[in-house]
Amino acid sequence: MDLMKVVEEQFKSEHKHPAFKAGDTVTVHYKIKEGSKERIQNFRGVVLQRRGQGIAETFTVRKMASGVGVERIFPLNSPFVEQIDINKSGNVRRARIFYFRKLTGKSARIKEKIYKKA
Amino acid sequence: MAGLIGKKIGMTSIFSAEGKNVPCTVIEAGPCVVTQVKTVDIDGYEAIQLGFENKKEKNANKPELGHFKKASTTPKRRMAEFIEFNQETKLGDVVNVELFKDNAWVDVTGVSKGKGFQGVVKRYGFSGVNDATHGQHNRLRAPGSIGASSDPSKVFKGMRMAGRTGGQKVKVLSLKVIKIIPESNLLIVKGSVPGAKGSYLIIEN
Repeated sequence: MDLMKVVEEQFKSEHKHPAFKAGDTVTVHYKIKEGSKERIQNFRGVVLQRRGQGIAETFTVRKMASGVGVERIFPLNSPFVEQIDINKSGNVRRARIFYFRKLTGKSARIKEKIYKKA
Repeated sequence: MAGLIGKKIGMTSIFSAEGKNVPCTVIEAGPCVVTQVKTVDIDGYEAIQLGFENKKEKNANKPELGHFKKASTTPKRRMAEFIEFNQETKLGDVVNVELFKDNAWVDVTGVSKGKGFQGVVKRYGFSGVNDATHGQHNRLRAPGSIGASSDPSKVFKGMRMAGRTGGQKVKVLSLKVIKIIPESNLLIVKGSVPGAKGSYLIIEN
């Protein structure tokens, strides 16, 4: 698999994204092409999972939009993913938090990770 | 046709300049050594023989050792002949991945993955019985009739039936070269190529 890494090095995304994981609340700045115009759309939600590896890695973000759950899958290395902001880092025990889909109301909250001051 | 022997490394996807996700295969292509030059006078036709990937001397038999000694090279694991190799080559020359150019088209030959004994739906793409009801209960993937009644009162030769599938030589035509990486002898083509990871391929342009 050594040679695969050589290829991935060549095609890496120019964007440097911060490290995030499932349970974090993030805002994805996604570039959208409309005809010849380009604009940036923000999608804010909770990361359900990160999947795949290398250039092909993707992540799933879930948010509630007027009472309906909306999930979007973004390729991490896509040139259209302009920026990823971490709004909250959540304290979850799992790498993939699919149970979060079934939770509504008060239970659909994720404890925020609190970093102790060194 | 000019070509090279290579090895399938694996598949990945990359993003094109327009931001599209392109599926592609990574191939380790060459470097290959010209191990024999065939001429009309001696062999009756013109061709060159290329060798790829070293093997240990103890794993080569004496005729092989002599053959490689003529080309003053080490024993090779995989060999292939190329007719009308458009490039001037001499015995012992090294041909590498720079034979191909970015955005060129190549044909790739390999041995497809063995699938074992398979039915006609997988093997030949028969549709099977498209209904689960109306009296069908155990023949969803059956081939149907394989011959008529008293006329012709036999099954024709070559009738497509269940059997060993895969493990055959397959050639995929016109794959686009996305990029070559000469430092590590890598060739990246769009799409898939036959065979498992680590299997040998012949790449022609």
